[in-house]
Amino acid sequence: MAEITTEKNGEIHFIVVDGEIDAGSSIYLDNALKEAMESGEKKIVVDLTHLNYISSAGLGVFISHLDEFKLQNIELALFGINESVKQVFDILGLEKLLTIEESKEAAVASFNE
Amino acid sequence: MSKKLTIGCSKDELVRIRQFTSDVLEAHDVPDLQAHKLVLAVDEVCANLIIHANDCNPHSHIEFNIDFKPKQIIFTFRDKGIGFDINEYESPSMEDLVSARRQGGLGLMLVKRIMDKIEFSTEKNHNICRLIKMYP
Repeated sequence: MAEITTEKNGEIHFIVVDGEIDAGSSIYLDNALKEAMESGEKKIVVDLTHLNYISSAGLGVFISHLDEFKLQNIELALFGINESVKQVFDILGLEKLLTIEESKEAAVASFNE
Repeated sequence: MSKKLTIGCSKDELVRIRQFTSDVLEAHDVPDLQAHKLVLAVDEVCANLIIHANDCNPHSHIEFNIDFKPKQIIFTFRDKGIGFDINEYESPSMEDLVSARRQGGLGLMLVKRIMDKIEFSTEKNHNICRLIKMYP
């Protein structure tokens, strides 16, 4: 199961993911990203520090929004990915498509680059 | 050694098949990072069978076996849904997935990259999918 919470800090919209994202729970991540987009958020940081597992359904959520994010000038950065989960991103080469940082500070700083 | 689990075709069962696979691999001292990838491949095939082959019908079942051979781990799925040979599936490019805004398409790509061999066959009215990983 996954628990997803959001918080706003200045102009940054944070989405915090806790637990496991699979074919059953990926809808919650999808909804969180859609809601951020519909609210007009332009800088989104996803905290994956407490994400233990992600399947293709969860990865597909990120991929499916990239085109629209680009169109709407929405910036997205992820951080806190553990070693097990990171290897899954690596298998698909997602680091080339997504901004993945080590820390919250680095994720926020990536928007100014 | 062979371990077996039977699940209904509901997405809620994915947690159970992941836990079962993880427990069996841990009991055989498969290193954590390797085990995580194998659990993922099992989850992906299972999600595919539940959603696409069996239309999330909880009354349909999937029989799942894990067999440890001298240099192989074999994961076998048996079901009576719509048969589909993963080997015939051509993975889309990442660029195509992004521009099509598709959420699906990554799962079988992961399975093919994680496993060493995938076999598909039909016996009587069952589809049989085998994922083979060379180990150690």
